[in-house]
Amino acid sequence: MSDKPPIHTNLKTLSISVLLFVLLIGLWELAVRYLQVPAFVVPAPSSMFRALYQGIASGLYVEHVGVTLIEILAGFAIGSSLGLLLGVGIATNRYLAYFLYPYVVVFQSLPKVAIAPLIVLWFGLGITSKIVAGALICFFAVMVNTIAGLRAVEQDRVDLIRSLGGSDFQVFWMLRLPSAMPFIMAGLEIALTFAMIGVIVAEFLGAERGLGMLMQSMNFSMDVAGSFSILVVLAALGLVLNRIIIFARHRLIYWEQPAGVRGSDPPETH
Amino acid sequence: MPIANAVDLAPSGRGTGQGNSHPAIAVNAVTKRFRVGNDAITALEEVSLDVRRGEFVAIVGPSGCGKSTLLKILTGLFAPSAGDTRIGGTVTTGPRRDIGVVFQSPLLFPWRTVLENVMLPADVQKLNRATHLTRAKELLDLVGLTDFKDRYPKELSGGMQQRVAIARALLHQPAILLMDEPFGALDAMTRERMNVELQRLWRIHNTSILFITHSIPEAVFLASRVVVMTPRPGRVAEILDIDLPAKRPLALMNSPEFGAYVARIRSHFGSVGVID
Repeated sequence: MSDKPPIHTNLKTLSISVLLFVLLIGLWELAVRYLQVPAFVVPAPSSMFRALYQGIASGLYVEHVGVTLIEILAGFAIGSSLGLLLGVGIATNRYLAYFLYPYVVVFQSLPKVAIAPLIVLWFGLGITSKIVAGALICFFAVMVNTIAGLRAVEQDRVDLIRSLGGSDFQVFWMLRLPSAMPFIMAGLEIALTFAMIGVIVAEFLGAERGLGMLMQSMNFSMDVAGSFSILVVLAALGLVLNRIIIFARHRLIYWEQPAGVRGSDPPETH
Repeated sequence: MPIANAVDLAPSGRGTGQGNSHPAIAVNAVTKRFRVGNDAITALEEVSLDVRRGEFVAIVGPSGCGKSTLLKILTGLFAPSAGDTRIGGTVTTGPRRDIGVVFQSPLLFPWRTVLENVMLPADVQKLNRATHLTRAKELLDLVGLTDFKDRYPKELSGGMQQRVAIARALLHQPAILLMDEPFGALDAMTRERMNVELQRLWRIHNTSILFITHSIPEAVFLASRVVVMTPRPGRVAEILDIDLPAKRPLALMNSPEFGAYVARIRSHFGSVGVID
């Protein structure tokens, strides 16, 4: 972090950004055309945008985005809730911690995507397997962050509430939980990305509908421009979901923002 | 608890007519041992002292003399290995609701405004909100932070935060106020100003205060009696009456009497080879 002033978005910086984008796309287009890159390796941006437009206009993408979005949101909601509950349990109950933590450690060292084929095998080609995969992959991030957050509380603060005659529950509710909120929100932010990975991987492995399945079938038919256009859709989807989480974080952890800039963008973007 | 006259901030002051002759705080031959691995460490040995109602007593001693252990025993967070502590005559057997504590760091909750931080004891003890809100505002006025009541802690300086912590410690009208090196983290100038302010607060409030510090001048400046403790194990070396006027200007610190008290206390630490 330097002490240089942040770059403000104004007409000048905006036009430079747009110009840079157009330039890059233009270079890509020219490179593909004049170096005669085969369309099944890297498509020209023009054909990618054409595929994107046709996909959206025909309603094809809309339908599959809907399916994938529901899978991501359901997987994220279930996985995060489980992660939160288990995290609270392990952080507040030493018996739960003692008996469950070894499994947690083992599960942590496992590359979670590796269980996706089994999940598709067990839960079938419908949306259930995608939700389960998303939930399983994302729950861990929330759990670990919840545990870390709930444990990071200064003992003196606990003593303060105790010295007033406060109960365990009050220590948890008035102190531990709010203290853990920044950790939990960071966990949720990661979890959303993980849920997306889980869902897409499970769709690759076998699905009836969804963006992952669509992309897989395009790959098989060498429609690389189509595949690229799905990537654009996925990126947009990820960006929107991430923005929602960041907005929620600013709202929920209002005290972390300096006064007057609540809800503003984090410095690393724009 | 009727607090119609909340401005009368002297619930445990002298002559409150409770017909109670017990001292505000009594520590009777308290010993505390900790087990560390196979070793038993004695943090406190046969410590006895008392704080009369409305009295300001300071405990001074180097690190390792068990000051903070004693504080935890007084709040009921630790049980003594032997002996007992009493607040207003009743033996402490666990955390109690009639103590106000100020720690070395302000320990404000960043998600609460200044006013909400002061309200913490009322929230924990589920006391009447309306009356305590009034009281919280009066306390903030007393520590000069009325204009900051809706700010968040990080917008305040260290000294201001500690004043909020003091207001918070007084909200539930505790019988006693325990202060564990409350100004230890402040710079020297702020610390002196806080000492003057605390003295003023105590004269208005007439609360019984036990003040732990490792600054000898601070102890002499503030207290009517100073308990000198020596380390390993923590023992009371001497209890010294500070025979100076109740209202003490900072300039008093330059007087020969003041210097004599400081020298007298320091001699205890010289003899055990401990530098302040």
